Order: sequence, then structure tokens, then C-alpha cells
Amino acid sequence: MMKIESTKDIEVISENYSKKLYYPEAVKVNIGIASCGIAAGAQASLEKAAKEFPDNNGVSINQTGCIGFCELEPLVEIFEKGKPRLLYKNITEDKILDMIQDYREGNFNKKWILGQMKDPRSFLEDDIQNPIAGVSPLEKIPILEDVPFFNKQVKIALRNCGYVDPDSIEEYIARRGYQAFIQALKDMEPKEIIQAVKDSGLRGRGGGGFPTGIKWETCAKHNGERYIICNADEGDPGAYMDRSILEGDPHSILEGMLIAARGIGSSRGFIYVRNEYPLAVKRLVTAVKSARRYGLLGDNIAGSDFSFDIKISTGAGAFVCGESTALMASLEGKVGRPRAKYIHTVEKGFRENPSNLNTVETYANVPVILLKGADNYVKMGTTHSKGTKVFSLVGKVKHTGLVEVPMGISLKEIVFDIGGGIPRKKKFKAVQTGGPSGGCIPEQFLGLGVDFDELIKVGSMMGSGGMIVMDQDTCMVDVARYFVDFLKEESCGQCNPCREGITAMLDVLTDICKGNGKEGDIELLEELGMMIQKFSLCGLGTSAPNPVLTTILYFRDEYDAHIKDKKCPSGVCKPLFHYEIDEEACNGCTLCAKRCPEEAISGEKKKLHHLDLEKCINCGICYDACKFDAILIQ
Amino acid sequence: MSDPGLAESIETTEIDYMELDRIIEEDFNNDKENLIMMLQEIQRRYNHLPTPALTYLSTSIGVPLSQIYGVATFYSTFSLEPRGRNIISICLGTACHVRGGEKIREKLEESLSIEDGETTEDFRFTLESVRCIGCCSLGPVVKINEDTHGRIAYTEVDKVLEKYE
Repeated sequence: MMKIESTKDIEVISENYSKKLYYPEAVKVNIGIASCGIAAGAQASLEKAAKEFPDNNGVSINQTGCIGFCELEPLVEIFEKGKPRLLYKNITEDKILDMIQDYREGNFNKKWILGQMKDPRSFLEDDIQNPIAGVSPLEKIPILEDVPFFNKQVKIALRNCGYVDPDSIEEYIARRGYQAFIQALKDMEPKEIIQAVKDSGLRGRGGGGFPTGIKWETCAKHNGERYIICNADEGDPGAYMDRSILEGDPHSILEGMLIAARGIGSSRGFIYVRNEYPLAVKRLVTAVKSARRYGLLGDNIAGSDFSFDIKISTGAGAFVCGESTALMASLEGKVGRPRAKYIHTVEKGFRENPSNLNTVETYANVPVILLKGADNYVKMGTTHSKGTKVFSLVGKVKHTGLVEVPMGISLKEIVFDIGGGIPRKKKFKAVQTGGPSGGCIPEQFLGLGVDFDELIKVGSMMGSGGMIVMDQDTCMVDVARYFVDFLKEESCGQCNPCREGITAMLDVLTDICKGNGKEGDIELLEELGMMIQKFSLCGLGTSAPNPVLTTILYFRDEYDAHIKDKKCPSGVCKPLFHYEIDEEACNGCTLCAKRCPEEAISGEKKKLHHLDLEKCINCGICYDACKFDAILIQ
Repeated sequence: MSDPGLAESIETTEIDYMELDRIIEEDFNNDKENLIMMLQEIQRRYNHLPTPALTYLSTSIGVPLSQIYGVATFYSTFSLEPRGRNIISICLGTACHVRGGEKIREKLEESLSIEDGETTEDFRFTLESVRCIGCCSLGPVVKINEDTHGRIAYTEVDKVLEKYE
């Protein structure tokens, strides 16, 4: 096996594999094999196709990472030299062979096709010729880049997800992978590397938004064995962009870490990855092995005096381990409890040594900064937040999926243009950002340009990038209770304000949701919130009251309805509402009666139905089933 | 996590110490820093963390049993009690929550007659709630062993359970 020594070696591999990537001899089928694709049945599709076309006889079956439009998984891309590149949607096991036939015979069944690609090159390769230039596009099939879900996106961190086989280092190299690292190693002084990252304005994508270059610079100043650590413990519920990069493009993380190691002066790296992401662990292990094989990890990398290797450690299900000091304790095999940060981890972190911790998405951005230049990178984004951010757009939104957008784009564009708005003609209520430490942003701020600072101004935060859309059926008091319950479970318990404060908040919120709320509860929650924010030890505690405080700020009427009128207007808190059948809207379709598990609904076909409240358990199945909005929340 | 169930696990679990040595020494270099991963490997073998294995581990790597107990009870993946043949993880992440994950949990609890964190008497199922497995676009999600069931409806729960013996 050849060891990579220079840019020339990279170019040779790149040239060889570009052909496979862009100009395949056979029909090339790329099936999106990431966790959500697999859950939708992609693995079964892959196995069936691989069995049908075992030795590349005219058709080659490949895996790739997350294509992003999770709502339509399994997604399958197919192309052949001189023919359009098409993305087929919802290709389950039963459809995969027909789909391949559909393409080969040139029928191009519109119903199955999401769109055709205009340009498969990544952000980094815009100086090479577009490999599908000259192929005449199909009529009546939308261009993918014009589909609303994709057209506002700019893919930097996700540049290779869904295009390359994540287990193939060569395909990563063909997308100009490891070029930035070799360049940094051969042609740049460590100080220049740090300067470039500083100039780019890159801020930590894990939540806090601390300037990455400054962190690197500070770490490099401290003496001792320095460590480069990657936080892949993506614990925020509702956020999965790191998983997607880990599963779809693991080499971009390794390359980012290598560049950091060269800049800071480190020979040991660690990736702390969630145990709940088994596929991510597997892909990382493969990636590290192949990087070692090419001599990109190990001793004397590319014939230089620089050595660096990476160890993969798995977490064990503790949200607090996303906090830097807790993560480092956990890496040491200990209980993951945070410590006060009067001495920062860049000075004394893992094993009491200077440690640089960044998150997956941050590292994935680094190679692009070096290759395209900081001056190009800063062109994107807002004054103090540069580049792009990946969001996982989920909850009550039509097009759920992963989206990477330039900083500064409005919430409205994300939710309504990219996300397609709220399903079933329901009304938008709020969007929750920043995970359990973030806040709920109401409709009046939909015009807000999303960046680190603007989100903080409205009481939320960027967090790791979860964006959970809520509609009229989401009860904001229940959401606050949900987050506080989550944080109570995940509080490590060593400091009083967090441990006792959160528990006290939960008690009050639970009472309110049960209909036992009383006058003064809101004020008590605010007081508790302030106390927890001020006196907790770590970020988990200081940000824990955010969901409660923002929902009180923006949705106080819902709290009042629960406390004073004993009503849950959204129909979530069971003791505080009941269902009724709207006499005018009910047309007697019998669907609700058929679905009701308690046989509480009776009525003849085409005649008004009746709901027996004695039997009703408020499960909401009828409410979800009714197509005529005839089930009312009272 | 509740009582370690000492007596029960001593009686019922036979430990293969040769294999334990292999995990500790070969897979994880006798290195204390790998404690969490060693525990994961032990749990993979025995479906829970049997106390005799932990005692042995403690002497082998020189970490006090109290500390191992601390780690084993701090992290939510670990169980000191024997678990069922099939592990049901009901996702209660935010995206699943707003799409009705709570209702699915209630249905699972009702169908299995156990509560969150418990195991059925016949050891067929253990029900555990987890916070986000990162399949947010498919919520509500239930994971049984390694299979992820996305967009699961209240009415489908029983049918899905039938597939697991």
C-alpha cells in the first residue's frame, strides 16, 4: 500500500477515483445508508440490489451517506456516463429493482423521482469542469438545485454527505480531501494555520460559539503534551447533524483534527462519540484504519517530523458529557461530572494537560477554510458569525431533514421555504432551537436572521443546531415541562442550584400540567430560573431555565390558561381538556369510531357521531384521524 | 438505576473469566481509561453488568469497586440487573415528543404491563426510554434491539412487538 507523501500522491489518487465518482463505466447506484435511511429500509434495498447485480455487470451498487432529505428516505441516486443524474425517493426494497430498470430503460417515472442534478461538484471543486456539463437535462423533471428544500442551502460541512462512499478514503481524496492538510503540513507554519482559522471567523459549532482560532492559539501557548479532542457526543435531543457527518463523511473530521494538531502542536487525538450511534462508531473505525494505511495517521506523516494518531472512545449515555470538562473526565474512564472552569481546558483539561476540544461540525469546516482561503470563507454569513450552519429541521414541519444554510438566513426561510411549512394546514406556533438549553422562538421573530448573537438576543441560542418546529397542537407548558424533566434526569447532581432547583421547577410545572397550578407559580418559576442561571456550576445548569423562561416570556397566556382557567388550549395536558364532536363538521365517515381503542365513539355511517366522555381516555387518536376537523379540543 | 440485584446475578450468571481477561487485556490494554468501554463490552456479553465480573475487573485494573459502581450507575446505558432478551428503546427526544412519543410509551407500558425501565417477567422485553437516537425526521421512533421503527403509530405497536420472541 502506498503511503501519501505529497500533494502529487493525492492528485494521483484523486484522478483515479474521480472517474469512479463522476464518470463510471457502469450505471452507478448510490444508496443513502445512514441511520435514518436504514430505519426507512435502505439497508434492505441495498442488499437486494447487491444480490441482483453481484459483480458490477453493468450496474454498480454503492453506499453513501445521508443525502439530507430525510422525509423521503430511502433516497437513491443513479447515473451513467452521458445520462442525467437522478435522485429517486422512497425507494424501499420492493421498488429498488424496478427503479434501476426504470432508469436503464429511460422511462424516468416522474412519480418516483425527486429531481435531477445540475452539478455534482462540491464547494471545493468548482475549478474543475462540471462532470455532467453537456448532458441534456430531462424535461418535466425538476432540477434538484431548484427544489425549494435544496436551493437555499450551501453545503460546506455536509459537502460530501450523500456523494461519496463514507468507507472509501479514496473517494474523499477525489473530492480534494486531505489536500488542505498536506498543504498545511508542507507549506504552512503552525502559526499561519492558526491565523487562517482566526481570520475565517469560524466559531465553535457545538453551541457556545467560541472563536475556534482563538481557542487553538490559547491551547498552543500552554506547555505539556497537548491533546486534540473531538466532541462527537451529540446529546441534544432533536439534533443529528454530527451523526450525519460522522456517518457520511468521517474523513472530513479526521482531516480537521490533523490540521488542528499541526497548528497547535499535538500528537494525540481523541474522538468521544455517542454509544447511541453505532454506525458512526463503525465508520470512524474504518476511516481511522484507512488513514493509517495511507500514512495520514501515525508516525512521521508524509515523510515529515509530524506524528499524530487518533483513539476512538465511546460514551455511555450521559447528556452532561457534552460539556467539555465532563467529557474529558469521561475520556479518563471516570464519572462524567463537570468541574468549575476557573482554569480552562485549553490549559488543563484531559489528563491535566492542555486540550483543544471542538465539535464534529467545526472540524469538518476547517479543511475548506484552508483550501478556499479565509478571505473567501468570510464572504458568507453575518458580521460576527461566518460561514454556514447545519440544522436538523424536525418536528411539525413538512420537509424534515438536514439543511446547511449560510448564517443570517431568516427563520422564516428555513421553516417555510426549505421546510415547506406546517403539515395538515395547522398553524405555526414556535420553533425551538438550542436543545434543552435553548428557547422557544415565537412567530413574531420569524424574520430573525439566524446567527449566534441574534438567537441569544431573543432568549434562545444556536446550540448544536436542532430546530424543532411546533404547531398549534404543541402545548408550550408541556414543552417546558418536558425539557426540565430531561434536564432533571441528566443533571449530574453535584451542585445544589442545578440539582435541587431543576427538581423544584419540575414539581411546579408538573402541577400546572395536572391542573393543580396556583396563583404565583409563574413568579416562582421565574425566581427559581434566575437562581439556577446565576449559581450553577456548569453550562447545563446555567442554561437549564431557558426553555421555561422563554415560554413564560412569549406564551404566558398558555400558562395563565392552565393555572387560572384549568384548560390546556392545545389539547396535550390530559386533565385539562376533553374532546368534542363538531356537529356541523362531522359527516359520519366512521373513521374515528373505527380507530377508537375504547369504543367511546358511536354513530351510523353518514350520520353525526357521538363521543362518550365517560369512556374517552383523551388518547387523541380520533383527533389525528379526522380529516374534517370535526374533533374539537375543549 | 435501582438496587444492584446482587444475590440474583451471582446465582444466575456464569462468568467466563478467560474471556473477561481477554477483554480487559487484549481489547483494552488493562488501561483504566478504557473502563467505560470495558463495561460496554461486558454488558454486550451478559446483557447486564454481573457483580462478579465487576469485582474481577476491579482487581484486574486496580480501580476500586465503589468507583466502578459509580460509573456503572452514572451512565444510563448500563444496567446492574439482568435485562430482557429484547431491549425496547422508546425515543423521547424533542422531535419524537412533539410527534407523540409519549403516547407510544404509554401504549408500550400498557401492552407489556411494565413501566419504563422494567423487564417483563418472562424476560422477553425490557423497556427503556432514551433521549434522542438521532432519527428525528422519522419520529416517533422505537428501537428494538438494532432495528429502528420510524413513524410508528399507536395502533401498530402490538404488531411490531409480535415480531420479537
